[in-house]
Amino acid sequence: MDSLLLFFRKLAILFHREKFSSEMEEEMAFHREQQEKALLSDGAAPDSAHYAAKRQFGNTTQLKEQAHELVSFHFETVLQDFRFAIRQLRKNPGFTFTAIGMLALGMCASIAIFAFVDAALIKPLPYRDPSRLVGVFESIPECPQCPLSYPDYLDWKRLNTVFTSLDLYQRNGFLLSTPEGAQLARGLRVSDGFLRTLGITPLLGRDFYPGEDLASAQATVLLSYAAWQQRYGGKDDVLGQTVILDGAPYTIIGVLPREFQFAPARSAEFWAALHAPNSCEVRRSCHGLMAVARLKDGVSIQTALADTKSIAAQLEIQYPDSNRGQGAAVATLADVIVGDIRPILLVLLGGAGLLLLIACVNVTSLLLVRSEGRRREIAVRGALGASSARLVRQFATEGFLLVGIGSALGIVLAGWLMRLLTRLIPTDMTANMSYLQDLGFNLRVGAFAFTIAILCMALFSVVPTWRLSLASLRGGLTEGSRGSSVNSWSRLGSNLVVMEIAIAMVLLVGAGLLGKSLYRLLHVNLGFQPDHLATLEVDAPDDVYGKDESSIALERRVISEIEKLPGVQSVGVSHLGIPMDGNGNTTWFRVIGRPWHGEHNDTPQRDVSPTYFTALHAKLVRGRYFNENEDASKPSVAIVNQALVRKHFSNDEDAIGKQLSFVPVATKPIEIVGVVEDIKEGPLDIATPPVLYFPLNQNPSDSFAVVVRTSQSEASVLPAMVAAIHRIDRNIAVHDEMTMTEKINNSQTAYLHHSSAWLVGGFAAMALLLSAIGLYGVVAYSVSQRTRELGIRLALGAQPRAVYQLVMKEAGWLAAAGIAIGLACAIAVATLMRGVLFGVRSWDLSTLAAVALVLGASALVASYVPARRAASLDPVEVLRSE
Amino acid sequence: MPNKPDLLPGTLDMLILRTLKRAPQHGYGIALSIKHLSDNVLTVEEGSLYPALQRLLLRGWVKAEWKKTETNRRARFYTLTPAGRKQLGAELSQFEQMIAAISRVLQDA
Repeated sequence: MDSLLLFFRKLAILFHREKFSSEMEEEMAFHREQQEKALLSDGAAPDSAHYAAKRQFGNTTQLKEQAHELVSFHFETVLQDFRFAIRQLRKNPGFTFTAIGMLALGMCASIAIFAFVDAALIKPLPYRDPSRLVGVFESIPECPQCPLSYPDYLDWKRLNTVFTSLDLYQRNGFLLSTPEGAQLARGLRVSDGFLRTLGITPLLGRDFYPGEDLASAQATVLLSYAAWQQRYGGKDDVLGQTVILDGAPYTIIGVLPREFQFAPARSAEFWAALHAPNSCEVRRSCHGLMAVARLKDGVSIQTALADTKSIAAQLEIQYPDSNRGQGAAVATLADVIVGDIRPILLVLLGGAGLLLLIACVNVTSLLLVRSEGRRREIAVRGALGASSARLVRQFATEGFLLVGIGSALGIVLAGWLMRLLTRLIPTDMTANMSYLQDLGFNLRVGAFAFTIAILCMALFSVVPTWRLSLASLRGGLTEGSRGSSVNSWSRLGSNLVVMEIAIAMVLLVGAGLLGKSLYRLLHVNLGFQPDHLATLEVDAPDDVYGKDESSIALERRVISEIEKLPGVQSVGVSHLGIPMDGNGNTTWFRVIGRPWHGEHNDTPQRDVSPTYFTALHAKLVRGRYFNENEDASKPSVAIVNQALVRKHFSNDEDAIGKQLSFVPVATKPIEIVGVVEDIKEGPLDIATPPVLYFPLNQNPSDSFAVVVRTSQSEASVLPAMVAAIHRIDRNIAVHDEMTMTEKINNSQTAYLHHSSAWLVGGFAAMALLLSAIGLYGVVAYSVSQRTRELGIRLALGAQPRAVYQLVMKEAGWLAAAGIAIGLACAIAVATLMRGVLFGVRSWDLSTLAAVALVLGASALVASYVPARRAASLDPVEVLRSE
Repeated sequence: MPNKPDLLPGTLDMLILRTLKRAPQHGYGIALSIKHLSDNVLTVEEGSLYPALQRLLLRGWVKAEWKKTETNRRARFYTLTPAGRKQLGAELSQFEQMIAAISRVLQDA
């Protein structure tokens, strides 16, 4: 009630502000007059009575100001402050634009990168109770997180006591029959409870029944939302329709929700029940299935790991042939999905954070310089009656405005940057990172932006206020008061610049190391020549080409058709993978005549045509390539890479002529006929393991990859290659046509290194610019403050050269200190990020030296201009103006 | 200038209200009254008097109107309102309680 009354009284005064002021003035004038009269009657001289009365009354403006503050609403003064702040900022557009620009830059980078971090690392996976979901793997030294075999899965499912459910998924390309011919459609084979384990129910239709994943059940499939929309026009009558996948009819039983995503599935369109076991899945040694499980309540990952490990140990004893040396691994599903990009994202976030920090430091030092310049203004305002709270609020308002405009701009730019960055990710990668599909502004990103904005505001309003601690106000009024306060400012400003240079150094070293990693990565010895090499993959229907002789005929036909194309030099074919595909598709073998204790020697296997190595321009070290007529009727032969020779044969041994056998099921002896230099089969940053190559004609297949060596641009040959294969048969699916250079650059390793090197490089370039601006600002300010001193030096006969050197020396010290501190920090930071480096030590001397040189040079340029100005001062002018 | 004791914090409002209880007064008059009544011990600084008067006005404890003084000069006279009278009573009894408490402590010590 009281406060309401108060409000209305204030309101009344608000509408009669003029009257309020004039009455107040009149009242005070009356008071002074009465006092003067009293003094006069006490016998004082008229003049002195007048002044005494005035003096006794004190600071009229301050009194009025106080009275105003008392009766006015808060927002009025706030509005006044805003008006004044805007006026101040407009008066100084250079400062305003620089400060806002730097803030926007720092905010933009941090917010955009944080949005990525949020989408990938912070936002929980969109499943029921996602923290209870884990990936379950079999584990061997060569492959710590490996797929399961189907018989092992059944045992784990039966014996475990830690999972409420354990389910399977496997990426699978389905040959989809369409009226225009065959296409390869992305798909996933899953066990019946897969969606229930994730906690997802279909949007339309039903989930798989228990047991529907067995070979005995009718073949059924769920559609992804995108496939439903694009292939079936989003119609409801899709349920019950039949679709031909890999030549077999599947009944469509449901459609998955629109927002459902499962990154390991890439953008799978057809989600089929497993229909286990197929030819691989009958064998306990054939590992092809990924497992996901839901932990029972109260069971930790450690407990689950212990349990699965004990089951694995039990299976090892029970099935020594197939399960020897096989352990278990359990990791959170989030780790399985985003584990490999976490370190890179954190490095990027760190880089963006440092950029923001440098921007803040820069703006702070600009504000300091400015508040020094306003010392007089503030002192005058204080003397004229501005209360200290009001002065502090003025600075806070200005900080608020700067940060407000800066963050608004930063947020807009961040949205734009996010779109740009997502567009730069190759579509192949995006399919792999479906969690990025809801990248954008959400509550967490908003809260992040808000928090850094608040921190900046606090910093920018506290710093100038603290510098102008109001006790020293009186000093501000005295002319030429450039004593201790300026010196201490210089010290503070210098410290800020040293800090900026150190941060820039850290960012530059980070960028340098990442750049060098990228260079090293793109220049690893591939073992083949990647330019002028076109690749594509062929999938032919099994009912037509499944038999060995028809597979061989198809392969020969494809090679001869493509060889006829203009610009083609040689054509090779490989089954189970071409370079850069990965180190998977492994087999087990032993060397005949060696002691063997059942070890598996898990080794990638490739079945290749005789022309394969020639087309790749791989180097034959010893022996020979395969012959065209080496098929199943001829003795089994193999070509091995040097890594295999190093691992399994001693230096003085000749691998040629040695015999191998598959395990655990023994085959007829396979003779090694050739040794090739290591070809990079898997990721660039992983050393090539031993690899076995067999003649394709001894293990024919109707799905294979084609590599084509061209004399002209390899990209231009690709369409002709596709057409040539479709001329053979429209029902052969052709997919993943790309040049080898694309394949390398779009590989996850190369891409992650590439993007982090460029992004951190961008941050570092901006940091370099900002620190140069900062150094320039400080040196220029210090010169302007020392004009009198420098003038006297010049007047007393100092050579301009000496003055120039004086200034340069000061700047040099700052730069040197910054570089030295930065060096120490950079080595520490580089040690932290050595996980994302490739082929570079964290204390790479040449990078450190180069960065120090670049920073030193930029510091030199930044201080040259103010030093020149100092040296060309006219002493007469300077001394006269003082 | 001899050191004059500062007003006890919070007592200025009470002194003003008490002064106005006798008769309406203008600002200068209030200051003068307090000075005289306290035998020159208490001086009310103008710097606190006018803000205090504004505060009392806002609270509704005093009213202000422009009137002529004896010397025919226009001045703003403050009058105690019924609410102010009540407030004065409350403050006085509070003050007396406090003084009594303080003196008890002092005697005992």
